[in-house]
Amino acid sequence: MTEMSQPRAPRRFRFERHASTLLLLAAIALYVILLLALGQARFLTLDNLVAILGRSITLGITAIGQTFAILVASIDLSVASVISAAAVVTSVMMNGDPAMMVPAIGAVLALGAAIGLVNGLVITKLEVNPLIATLGMSLIIQGVLSYYYNNFAGNVPVEFQIFAYGAWGIVPYSLLFMFALAGLAWFVLRFTRFGSDIYSVGGNKDAARLAGIKTARVVIGAHVICSLCAAIAGIYLASRLRSGAPWIGAEGVYDLESIAVVVIGGTVLAGGRGGIWGTMAGVIIFSLIDSIFNVAGVDAFVKQVLRGIIIVAAVAFYAARSQRPVA
Amino acid sequence: MTEQSLPRPETRKRRLPQINPVYVLVVALILAIIVMNPAFGEPTGYMNFLKRVAALAILSAGALYVIVSGGFDLSVGSIMTLTVIGSSMLASNDPNSTYWIIPLMLGIGLVIGLVNGLVVSYLKVPSLIATLGMMITLNGVAFMWSGGAPRGYLPDTFRFFGRYNITDVPLIGILPIAVICLVVFGAILSWGMHRTNFGRMLHAVGDNPQAARLAGVPVQRVRISAFIVSALTAVLAGIILGGRAGVSVNIGSGFELQAITAAVIGGAQLLGGRGSVPAAIAGALALEAIFTLLNLLGLAQPVRLVVQGLILIGAVAFATYQRKRSGR
Repeated sequence: MTEMSQPRAPRRFRFERHASTLLLLAAIALYVILLLALGQARFLTLDNLVAILGRSITLGITAIGQTFAILVASIDLSVASVISAAAVVTSVMMNGDPAMMVPAIGAVLALGAAIGLVNGLVITKLEVNPLIATLGMSLIIQGVLSYYYNNFAGNVPVEFQIFAYGAWGIVPYSLLFMFALAGLAWFVLRFTRFGSDIYSVGGNKDAARLAGIKTARVVIGAHVICSLCAAIAGIYLASRLRSGAPWIGAEGVYDLESIAVVVIGGTVLAGGRGGIWGTMAGVIIFSLIDSIFNVAGVDAFVKQVLRGIIIVAAVAFYAARSQRPVA
Repeated sequence: MTEQSLPRPETRKRRLPQINPVYVLVVALILAIIVMNPAFGEPTGYMNFLKRVAALAILSAGALYVIVSGGFDLSVGSIMTLTVIGSSMLASNDPNSTYWIIPLMLGIGLVIGLVNGLVVSYLKVPSLIATLGMMITLNGVAFMWSGGAPRGYLPDTFRFFGRYNITDVPLIGILPIAVICLVVFGAILSWGMHRTNFGRMLHAVGDNPQAARLAGVPVQRVRISAFIVSALTAVLAGIILGGRAGVSVNIGSGFELQAITAAVIGGAQLLGGRGSVPAAIAGALALEAIFTLLNLLGLAQPVRLVVQGLILIGAVAFATYQRKRSGR
């Protein structure tokens, strides 16, 4: 962050900052080489690229929020349950009625904000470790949700499915929306006071407090944003699946995958360093890996094994150079 | 670091001897169960309860090693799955196979723990991510090994540890082998954590890795050993659970979080430096007792989740509150 403020510092290549770009380029190169080697160059089209990106919109939106949580040295394991809850509430409230679209979206966003607020308050005021606080919250939401619903409930009107299925030319609205959201998040982190407070609090909480930043508010704000993004991801998923079920978040493993994506994107789990574009690179890397597996025809179980290894290897790729001890 | 090593005369005078609230919780819960279901007070009742909790209790005691050293181990559930699936695939219904399968599984556990530890210590991957990757990988391996649907079953010699009861024991009537395992491994893990140099170094590393390193603690080796202990206990827990519950493809899933929950209810501090093995075992007992109680009350699975969540947050909030009040 402070590269500009140190004019005398030699401009050496900062490996950590570019690691996610390098990984992204490597993934793209691997994909292209594989397609050429298998003689399937017909997949090298813009349509296919858009299709690849379109598969990871839920993960992408969730990961944007997770970036905020991790940047303040917190973490949010409740996103998967929030996605399920948001999807179910969306489809149950709309129940095929186009007139209920706006109230339903409003209610879901309010629900997301409330969950984030509670997460933030428990973490800052009760001083519960964020991992435990959000894990507990996740169990509570999941319990409440599966108490009332045990299958797909409600359905969304056709008008609302435009969010997931509509497209501008070949680019789906949802993809544009994800990048718009990422742009907004980047703007907040880069140009607003709240954004710089997030980096300060994540970098060193005590120092931030001594510098006059209300650290609790920043952490709460980050959690509200995180849960809001998860709620939006749930709304998107309801639109895509045409209905919501209480297990769709857990099934997508969005909690752990969003964390993995953020970390692969170069945001440090200890907080204070990283950014949105790294996360977006991480999301694209994930969907490219999936496509590579599909093209290469890898067995589903082998795919899972490789996925686990790749997550660790990708993080190790730049974490190994770090001098700091890790938790 | 531990309460014993820092005598504080001024607080001693004012208060009763400090007792970990988890023990009070366990006693209260068990009394509540007995009130609701007097059969629980009989030896068969509580012995079956202990038998049911043995796997989780051993697992939490092992998971505590990693927690005290300042990390997380999310891979233990998948190690349990791998142990059960792998054993059933290898055994191919041959009773004599148990004698080489169990050492082999422990060997696999050792390697997994070693890899976890090496990745965390030398590749500097945060343990959350490293063990998450290991979890995904091992679940995939277990699926690959079984081809998606496990064939074969575990021979009785293997299920001995989880299923068999010694009958006609004076005083208590039945004594499940799983309970003996729980006592033996609980004692060993407790000794390792609280009576050895290794245990002290573990606390030191979790409390402040920099200080520990400067004080001459081999930080990397201690952390790697913690992951190995955790993986080995996961294998043991898998053997006991497989013996009790039989073979299924996702038998171990969810255990990693339950083990962390149990350790936390037992007062362990996440990110290291504080924790007690007997209290973690008591935490596992408390968790299982709560589930038993909810079953007795006729509450459905979803309610169990809500209660587990509330207890998790409540236990940590309470521990933090106590720590703040005592000024540490």
